[in-house]
Amino acid sequence: MIWRYILKRVFWMVPFLFAVSIVAFLLIQAPPGDFLTTYMAKLGESNEVLDQATIDNLRQRFGLDQPIYVQYFKWISRLIVGDFGMSFEWRQPVSDLVWERMGLTLCLSFATLLFTWAVAFPIGVYSAVRKYSIGDYIATTIGFIGIATPNFLLALILMYIGVVYFGSDVGGLFSPEFKNAAWSWAKVWDLMKHLWLPVVVLGTSATASLIRIMRANLLDELNKPYVDTARAKGLSEFWLIMKYPVRVALNPFISTIGWVLPNLVSGAVVTAIVLSLPTAGPLMLQALLSQDMFLAGAFVLLLSSLTVVGMLISDILLVLLDPRVKYD
Amino acid sequence: MLQTPTATDPAILSVKDLHVGFDMRQGMLNVLHGVGFELHRNRTTAIVGESGSGKSVSARAILNMVPRPGIISGGQILFRPKADEETILTSLDPRGKEIRKIRGGRIGMIFQEPMSSLSPVHTIGNQIVEAIRLHRKVANKEARVIAREILEQVEIPRAERALDQYAFEFSGGMRQRAMIAMALSCHPDVLIADEPTTALDVTTQAEILDLMGRLQRELRMAIMFITHDMGVVAEIADDVVVMEKGHVVERGETHALFSRQSHPYTEKLLGAVKRLDQPADAKVGPEPDAPDILSVVDLKLHFHKRAGFLQRITETTKAVDGVCFNLRMGEALGIVGESGSGKTTVGRCVARVYEPTDGSISYRGADLVAAEKEELKRYRKQIRMIFQDPFASLNPRMTVKQIIAEPMIAYGDAKTQDLEERVASLLSEVGLDPGMMERYPHAFSGGQRQRIVVARAIALEPKLVIADEPTSALDVSIRTQVLDLLLRLQAEMGLSFIFISHDMAVIRYFCDRVAVMYQGKIVEIGETEQIITDPQHPYTKALLSSVPISDPSQRGTRQRHRYVENA
Repeated sequence: MIWRYILKRVFWMVPFLFAVSIVAFLLIQAPPGDFLTTYMAKLGESNEVLDQATIDNLRQRFGLDQPIYVQYFKWISRLIVGDFGMSFEWRQPVSDLVWERMGLTLCLSFATLLFTWAVAFPIGVYSAVRKYSIGDYIATTIGFIGIATPNFLLALILMYIGVVYFGSDVGGLFSPEFKNAAWSWAKVWDLMKHLWLPVVVLGTSATASLIRIMRANLLDELNKPYVDTARAKGLSEFWLIMKYPVRVALNPFISTIGWVLPNLVSGAVVTAIVLSLPTAGPLMLQALLSQDMFLAGAFVLLLSSLTVVGMLISDILLVLLDPRVKYD
Repeated sequence: MLQTPTATDPAILSVKDLHVGFDMRQGMLNVLHGVGFELHRNRTTAIVGESGSGKSVSARAILNMVPRPGIISGGQILFRPKADEETILTSLDPRGKEIRKIRGGRIGMIFQEPMSSLSPVHTIGNQIVEAIRLHRKVANKEARVIAREILEQVEIPRAERALDQYAFEFSGGMRQRAMIAMALSCHPDVLIADEPTTALDVTTQAEILDLMGRLQRELRMAIMFITHDMGVVAEIADDVVVMEKGHVVERGETHALFSRQSHPYTEKLLGAVKRLDQPADAKVGPEPDAPDILSVVDLKLHFHKRAGFLQRITETTKAVDGVCFNLRMGEALGIVGESGSGKTTVGRCVARVYEPTDGSISYRGADLVAAEKEELKRYRKQIRMIFQDPFASLNPRMTVKQIIAEPMIAYGDAKTQDLEERVASLLSEVGLDPGMMERYPHAFSGGQRQRIVVARAIALEPKLVIADEPTSALDVSIRTQVLDLLLRLQAEMGLSFIFISHDMAVIRYFCDRVAVMYQGKIVEIGETEQIITDPQHPYTKALLSSVPISDPSQRGTRQRHRYVENA
């Protein structure tokens, strides 16, 4: 039954992603002009001028002279076989540019998600069980500050503290000596050392809101009759809270997978620039600005796919966790 | 019931001078003031009282689990399962090991709401196995076998399969059986049952009561049975403790207490029940030549369950299956039946909340089923509803004034200036102080809330009111008050009622005619008195035989029978 559900959902992803690809393509085409107009403007700034013949030649080579639907079908038909096309700006295949960045983005998002859960879960439970205690007030206050502080500001503060008080190397995900090195255990360790800062910066506001959600949900559940039933069985207070109300209040946690991924990628562009992270955000922004359409298109499509996959994972987990959720 | 233990038989549990208070910001709010009673092996002690009398708090105090911020501020609870074993429950740490051993192990407890008292996300088996393994040293596999046996003992069909099912897959009665199975899985000496049958149908109630009696004899338990229903008390209790506002006002042996009540509160409780044993004096009834206000012909509502890729209909539930009745101007027609009989669905079809699959509903000659938008709106103004749960049917974020004024605003029936005046007069009409209109629903008691619901229903001066179990969430004494209010309004405004209820007594009190529904069909319809005194259909007979008689001397005189339709 569950397999049928998963299959069905995966099947439905196909037309959905197709629709997303159309929207993505149209969005990239929406600003006036194309890569060449932007390119020429840039050249114009440095007083270089291309003659019309070269421009036409380039335009033809890039296929920019064709109607938009032809361009789209060219793009999508190559995409299906895994060819993302060439980046105009970088003069490189898009896939070479994208995969490492997407990999790091995924790695960062996942780490942030784990961090968010690890922090928000115990604090949220504590806050609810010890409602109106000093600990609850402290958690609530920190939570609100966490929600209210812009990420980039937090990034700047933490970088300042890191550099001035701990003398650590902040910014980026790797130390200079590892930046272009091949993957090794030393590089992984170096990544770990750098990862904590962006993880804390990116995870803080999500953590804060999750604490609030967990607290509110658990407070609703704590007074339900089934908790009393468990208590009347002779279960210890800790286990009965963990087994029953927390389990029911867990649903929003699972749902976070769905929204945390896209949120991290798109919402984190500013932070990523401040922290000079080699993730997808900054490169995507650059590609959009220069109308580097294949590169931008690849990013938009991959991010959308991530979101869809995230939603799928969270839905499947929900079905597994909560028997009341029906999947047919 | 079998043995005749006397006062010399030592109490297995005695509550002495128990005080419980809630530590509020405004100071200590005492809810129990020196409560005392005893429980004996093999005997059922009923704790009777209306909501707020402290019954449930007493029960929780025994297990030392008074909800926060409540604390046991005085008195003692003594547990003596054997002559040489004695524990003072009140002196134990409420989170400590000793009390946890007693909870579930020696003293089991079942609760009122069988739906919400079982975890929605764990299987029945998981919850019972957990209870067993907390108190008995057995392996998981063995515990599962014990769990299956106990489910069989409480007569749950296909026990092996039931272990892997969830509470929401069970009916109310089955859930309560599972709950009982869980509470009894460790063979406790004492069983505390907090209104275990209140949320159930009379027929199911009768079955659960029989089951508890049987298990009590088998396990030699003392049962503490909390209820507000004097009929149930008369059926099962050996001793009665009457509570009012945190005091025990009267206690004694059931027969003695029913034959001579000395305390006025006990008298009031019994009086309220007895009044419901006969039709109301104030019943008006329709004029002899009153025309029909509503006539329902062959009404059907089928729900389809669709499945598969092509969404084929795999299952059809015939919620209402060919119902015919008519209602005369000024008449009150009762629809009685157990849950799932389709009585509520009929009411909702008439109000056009549900779209009927087939059939016709003609309201004063006009076809309600075919009515669209504007026309429907006009009829809805004349056909209003009263719902069962006055806690759920009032928006907690709206003031009483907003609630009552809302239909009038929605129908553009009143100018803003005289809205307040209209609300005030409606409130005094239903017996509430108009000065309270700026308050929110939570400031009112259940009975008062139901009056607000009634005020909202009559705000548009309707012709027909559909009342869906309007009194089942209320205490008995308040029940008659609300019914009397409806009777008065009926006389004053010439209202016609469709009165949906599972409670024969309430129907008898209020309705001129009654229709008995079973599995989507009306099996019998006629004058209320005639149906109650001389039921024709076997289902009606079964239904009537399940109603508890509020007279302990008649206990056991009536043969209960169950009606199973053999299609």
